[in-house]
Amino acid sequence: MTAITQIRRNDQPIYLDYQATTPMDPRVLEAMMPYFTHKFGNSGSRSHAYGWEAEEGTEKARAQVAKLIGADEKEVIFTSGATESNNLAIRGVAEFYKDRKNHIITTVTEHKCVLDTCRHLEQQGFEVTYLPVRQDGLLDLDVLRAAITDKTVLVSVMAVNNEIGVIQPLAEIGRICRERKVFFHTDAAQAAGKIPLDVEALNIDLMSISGHKIYGPKGIGALYVRRKPRVRLVPMIVGGGQERGFRSGTLPTPLCVGLGEAAEICMKEMDDEAKRLKKLQERMLNGLRAKLTDIVVNGDLEHRIPGNLNISFAYVEGESLMMGIKNLAVSSGSACTSASLEPSYVLRALGVEEEMAHTSLRIGLGRFTTEHEVDTAVDELVRHVNKLREMSPLWEMAQEGIDIKSIEWAAH
Amino acid sequence: MSALAYLDHNATSPLRPAAFDAVVEALRAGGNPSSVHGAGRKARAIVDRARREVASLVGARTTETLFTSGGTEANNLALSGAGRRRVLVSAVEHDSVRRALPQAEILPVDGDGVLDLAALERALGASAEPALVSVMLANNETGVLQPIADVVRLARAAGALVHCDAVQGVGKVPVDLHGLGVDYLSLSAHKLGGPAGVGALVVRTGAPLQPDRRGGGQESNRRAGTENVSGIAGFGAAAAQAGCGLDVTALRDRLEFALVQIAADAKVFGAKAPRIGNTTCISMPGVPAETQVMAFDLAGVCISAGAACSSGKVQRSPVLEAMGVPAVEAGCATRISLGWSSEAADIERLIAAWQGLYIRVRQSDISHTDFRVRAA
Amino acid sequence: MAYSEKLIDHYENPRNIGSFDKTAEDVGTGLVGAPACGDVMKLQIKVGADGLIEDAKFKTFGCGSAIASSSLVTEWVKGKTIDEAETIKNTDIARHLALPPVKIHCSVLAEDAIKAAIADYRAKVTRKAE
Repeated sequence: MTAITQIRRNDQPIYLDYQATTPMDPRVLEAMMPYFTHKFGNSGSRSHAYGWEAEEGTEKARAQVAKLIGADEKEVIFTSGATESNNLAIRGVAEFYKDRKNHIITTVTEHKCVLDTCRHLEQQGFEVTYLPVRQDGLLDLDVLRAAITDKTVLVSVMAVNNEIGVIQPLAEIGRICRERKVFFHTDAAQAAGKIPLDVEALNIDLMSISGHKIYGPKGIGALYVRRKPRVRLVPMIVGGGQERGFRSGTLPTPLCVGLGEAAEICMKEMDDEAKRLKKLQERMLNGLRAKLTDIVVNGDLEHRIPGNLNISFAYVEGESLMMGIKNLAVSSGSACTSASLEPSYVLRALGVEEEMAHTSLRIGLGRFTTEHEVDTAVDELVRHVNKLREMSPLWEMAQEGIDIKSIEWAAH
Repeated sequence: MSALAYLDHNATSPLRPAAFDAVVEALRAGGNPSSVHGAGRKARAIVDRARREVASLVGARTTETLFTSGGTEANNLALSGAGRRRVLVSAVEHDSVRRALPQAEILPVDGDGVLDLAALERALGASAEPALVSVMLANNETGVLQPIADVVRLARAAGALVHCDAVQGVGKVPVDLHGLGVDYLSLSAHKLGGPAGVGALVVRTGAPLQPDRRGGGQESNRRAGTENVSGIAGFGAAAAQAGCGLDVTALRDRLEFALVQIAADAKVFGAKAPRIGNTTCISMPGVPAETQVMAFDLAGVCISAGAACSSGKVQRSPVLEAMGVPAVEAGCATRISLGWSSEAADIERLIAAWQGLYIRVRQSDISHTDFRVRAA
Repeated sequence: MAYSEKLIDHYENPRNIGSFDKTAEDVGTGLVGAPACGDVMKLQIKVGADGLIEDAKFKTFGCGSAIASSSLVTEWVKGKTIDEAETIKNTDIARHLALPPVKIHCSVLAEDAIKAAIADYRAKVTRKAE
């Protein structure tokens, strides 16, 4: 493990929201710097050294990303981020093959950009099956098998869930898709660089990757598009024909370089980092369980990335808890929707009751999280959960032995 | 810029120092603008500030300004998002406009590359279906400015919406969304000294816009995806200084004058039309553009044989073709584009290289040249 | 989302947390909201022989704005007659705490809680009289 100096200043809150975004690794920033300054050329400029230099940068980055997922560099295209990658993968495949097949399968716990893309395709006349997940958040493979028809063109299942961190059985899904000759897309925004991913071993045909979830910059992502057997796409952005025609627009060289460097660092340090984070995750959970009753971890703990915990603190409303733990930057629900007041659709899909969903926090641990930060977070959480339970009528009822479900609540 | 003379600003402009600082600060700050905690709010503040800067550059409201991954995406989004089936685009538009929709009808330009307004008027009158008209502010290859005010007047009379690709024009000529009267305006950061990977689509309040990509509801539900915070920060800083150091018209004119002095038969394309002051598209008769750019590169001068996109392959410029320039002449045209970092020394270096090449080719290949001249 | 200082003060230092014996004759209890909606408020008033609200207590499960709204109304109702307390409007609460638009429902809930507590108290008085 490379020693990394603490990048947090003392007056800043402890950052525990690594699924929303990760801080940049200083090594990534360093790699990007020359491409902001003297290597500023347009990688599409073939007529001078500035252009060539920029192209060297983007192509090295492409190879770094490819290596992380066991792909060939020709199979990696740069996008503006995982949202675009997901949109492009799903829409691009659907539209290209629509004359032969018009059915797409996904799950109810996908990221919003996958679900919204699928809903949009439904409006265009495609058929979409949204598979449920089990209570542990994982897809039931028999349910998947049963859903595939002759008309199915694509199965899109995320590798790791952004709210509960569970890892889907990618190898099995890939095998089923290959047997049934259906393309398999996986949104690996939360998975790439955190767990080993090999597109060959897992039979993945399309994979979305995000820069800012792997300690790289925002505004850059990648889409892996298999060449053998070939996957074809209708592009979403057309123009200069960059990225083999899949995605037009001038490549942002420094961002590409940042993504590449971030991928390489992840690949080198993945094993050590996972071990370290597993210890921190256990420390956090054990610390909370030692001092608090009535807390529930949402989603399977075993098939889960070590950098995630999603915990319901019964009888304490999540937003008020967030307001109390000012020194901790965590999230209630995913970042895209956490400004809204609806409880998380992912938790509801797991069958978590709404009152418990309202009490959940997502705690993300990552490369720069320290033991000391975990301990501080535990103390702070325990203190505020206890304080808020003292003022919670639901906690009071529970202590008195009143079953909250027996009360007729007037929903408002 | 001392090592090499960089004269390819229309491909990309080096990052302005203020934009560099803003980018690095934002990269260091981190945070997801959608998160409600302090780190998220800080990122949100960076985005909000940049939005004010970019909006004010083009006289728009912040609510009218949405960030994209660049000019290409902005152009695509405007053309598909306006929701008009009938789309009219000029023949000299960037590929990201011309190829955005298969059904687009192409409007001709005159010999200087200026849109044929009579043709526009006829096209608008040819169908009762309300159209979207897309005409760029300034051309990326020739720098020729289009008569946007006239386009807007004709379009309005016919109930059409107007999109203007201002990627190459903004910063070089004053741009005001409401003054121009257009409905959509595309901008790119890296053409004005901001970072690549970020642009904006400015949408006049009231103009329709159907989103293209779907997801997390960012950019007021009009463009999903976690914001490119560092790119946006750099865009804002570059926008705040957009016009600075771009009084390069005198340098450009000196360059054109000198080159025509060296080769009397050199032709400046679009010279009779109003142009932005940083661009010249000029032919060195008898010398293929590829030969020129390679020779200049060896001499430490960076220019371009056309638009810097994917190709790398030599293809005839659709812009010059639309202007009716014969293929043999277009094949000898290069684009020289100046920017905020350009200095007189860069121009002198190019002039010297140009002269050197021109003389060398004339001496070594005089018979070929003579033959070509006679044949023409 | 930026919260007002008053709101943060009520959230961090909530006034009058606690419970009275809900079976006591001089106590009115209002329990409004629903756990599934993410807000439950329990507001209690203790009414003196002179008809004035001499004390009030609350417990709230909900966001910071909900906690602050309920804390604020326990302060406001004290010393008032129940008729006066009944005139407290959610708009007054929202304005005092400068609630952001998405949190207006918290002030509505607080108004409902007082009304429910008063109704409970009145029902007890009526039953006693019968």
